Amino acid sequence: MSNKTLQAAPVARTWPAVTAGHQIERWTVWSKISVALLLLGQLAFAVAPLVLSDGLIERLTVLFIYGILALMWNALAGYAGLVSVGHQVFFGLGAYAAVRLADAGMSPYPALFVGAALVALLSWPLSAFMLRLKGGEFAIGMWVVAALTHLIVNLDTLVQGETGTSLISLQQVDMAQRRLITYWLALATMAGLGWGVFMILRSRVGNGLQAIRDSEEAAASVGVRVLPTKRLIFVLSAFGCAAAGALWLATSVTFQPKTYFSVQWTAYMLFMVLVGGLGTYEGPILGAVLFFTIETAFGASGVSYLIGLGCVAVLFALFLPKGLWGAMEHRMGIQLLPIGFRLVHRQIPDARASAIPSKAP
Amino acid sequence: MSWLNQILQGVLLGGYYALLACGLSFMFGVMRIINLAHGSLTVVAAYGVFLLADRLEWHPFVGMLVAIPAMALLGWVLHRLVLERSARAGELVPILATFGLAVVIDNSLFSGFGADTRSLAPYVDSLAYDGLEVGPLTFGHLSLLTFAVAVLLLGGLHLMLAHTGLGRRIRAVADDPATAQLVGVNALKVNAAAAAIAMGTVAIAGTFLAMRATVDPYAGAPQLIFAFEAVMIGGVGSLWGTLIGGVALGVAQSLGAQVHSQGFLIAGHILFLLVLGGRLWLAGRPLSLALLRGR
Repeated sequence: MSNKTLQAAPVARTWPAVTAGHQIERWTVWSKISVALLLLGQLAFAVAPLVLSDGLIERLTVLFIYGILALMWNALAGYAGLVSVGHQVFFGLGAYAAVRLADAGMSPYPALFVGAALVALLSWPLSAFMLRLKGGEFAIGMWVVAALTHLIVNLDTLVQGETGTSLISLQQVDMAQRRLITYWLALATMAGLGWGVFMILRSRVGNGLQAIRDSEEAAASVGVRVLPTKRLIFVLSAFGCAAAGALWLATSVTFQPKTYFSVQWTAYMLFMVLVGGLGTYEGPILGAVLFFTIETAFGASGVSYLIGLGCVAVLFALFLPKGLWGAMEHRMGIQLLPIGFRLVHRQIPDARASAIPSKAP
Repeated sequence: MSWLNQILQGVLLGGYYALLACGLSFMFGVMRIINLAHGSLTVVAAYGVFLLADRLEWHPFVGMLVAIPAMALLGWVLHRLVLERSARAGELVPILATFGLAVVIDNSLFSGFGADTRSLAPYVDSLAYDGLEVGPLTFGHLSLLTFAVAVLLLGGLHLMLAHTGLGRRIRAVADDPATAQLVGVNALKVNAAAAAIAMGTVAIAGTFLAMRATVDPYAGAPQLIFAFEAVMIGGVGSLWGTLIGGVALGVAQSLGAQVHSQGFLIAGHILFLLVLGGRLWLAGRPLSLALLRGR
């Protein structure tokens, strides 16, 4: 695909016609419409609680948290080429940090985000270590880190081992109010991280990231600073997953280490990203919505539901590794959000250009 | 003196870890694929041998002899259907596929067998608890047997790689698949054979796992982590390194348990991270996969 390679190339802010009859464009009519629709949709979600039932508000909060997880895991696996089976470590630590900070006297809602920021800070030195590992070594290495962290958190007397504890100060907030605050916080976090990833991908760093996605060696050879770029995404994903864990704590109030440090979260993230489309911007959003729908429909059937999820994930890895969105993008050449660049032919009244047969991209 | 005994128990436990990690090490060395379903497949083998013992009253060792070719066949199928195909889609895809497979296996075992823990210990008479007392030291018969099997298996694989035609082909493919193809080696077949051999060792590991301890449907994840730690501590691509890694892991866990009630697992993980950090520090560069070199 010609526009894949172009995505990787650092291009100046103004791009002239490459050759007569060709033009590079970023914003298309479609992408303008879809960005406008996305903004409108987020605005609609923001005012939606006025008309939604309590149950629906709670379910949507869960959807937003899944959205955060999918976005973060995709940024990591899809763009930075780092498949982690241990990102539940940040999910769990985010919740744990909130519990700890609230216990130290901080009011619960700021604690959720201060905690996530602390976890991001902690992930910085960790990245220096883990990012040296390659492929599968990084994947299971992260799992070991998650298992170790789980055991250490269990030693904290405040947590009381697997019995767990709860964010007691949250219970003083009125139930209806709490539901609304958590909903808005989850929505704002998802939207904020979503637009954050969007801005990163459009920046120079993003060009580097998409180059790393396509080939790490080639990216390094044209001067992309691979390690710092990966580190940025690793720390961002740590923050996002920690915020997701803290928000999950805000919805459920209780903190049981076993639930939060469960590898199940990785299974969910992997499913959403793999089915939606690894390494595409729109894919994980689609994946989160699909996963949420499937969970709402079949989640009650327990084990067979998990078997089904695993089977679908394996089938996608084998037969559609670019996911639904990746396949759609490939087939139809559409990209809803203006992240890459497109090379298009234009009919220009020029003797030389008109000699070139013009084709749609 | 209890410390000395504790270290001995750690060494013997390390024998089991080496046995467990053998297949993972072999597959990682040859195909450069980390099979995230390794632990779950070990548990599958354990359940298989348990079923033979429970339903047909076959002795676990007889069951194991049936399980080895069965698991080898499964390894061949796994390679053909999953590993080979997903490796073509990109180097990260096998990780995703085998993780999904592990989820499927774990939950299928749960739906088939329930949450009850199973063990082969009741089917091996007194082997599970007999032991040799030497002063303050206790040598469990089963532990000694496990260690001996691990050494024999690793040694056998080593000899196979060094001296047989298949071994040479496997090393050639591990070194450079494209060049191996040029000189007439069918890389696809060789990798499938390697996967089959690796799964054969998994059958043995699963049998010993169920004899020495209990298994439950979700026991695969910790087994994968232990195996991975043993491989990484010992150094990727070296079979004898895996034995050393397993022993180091076992000793660390055993001593950790002596220090603190929760210390068993924590000490193992910390040793793993320390070794990794030390190696990175010494090398000053990303861990290179010096695969099967210097053999």
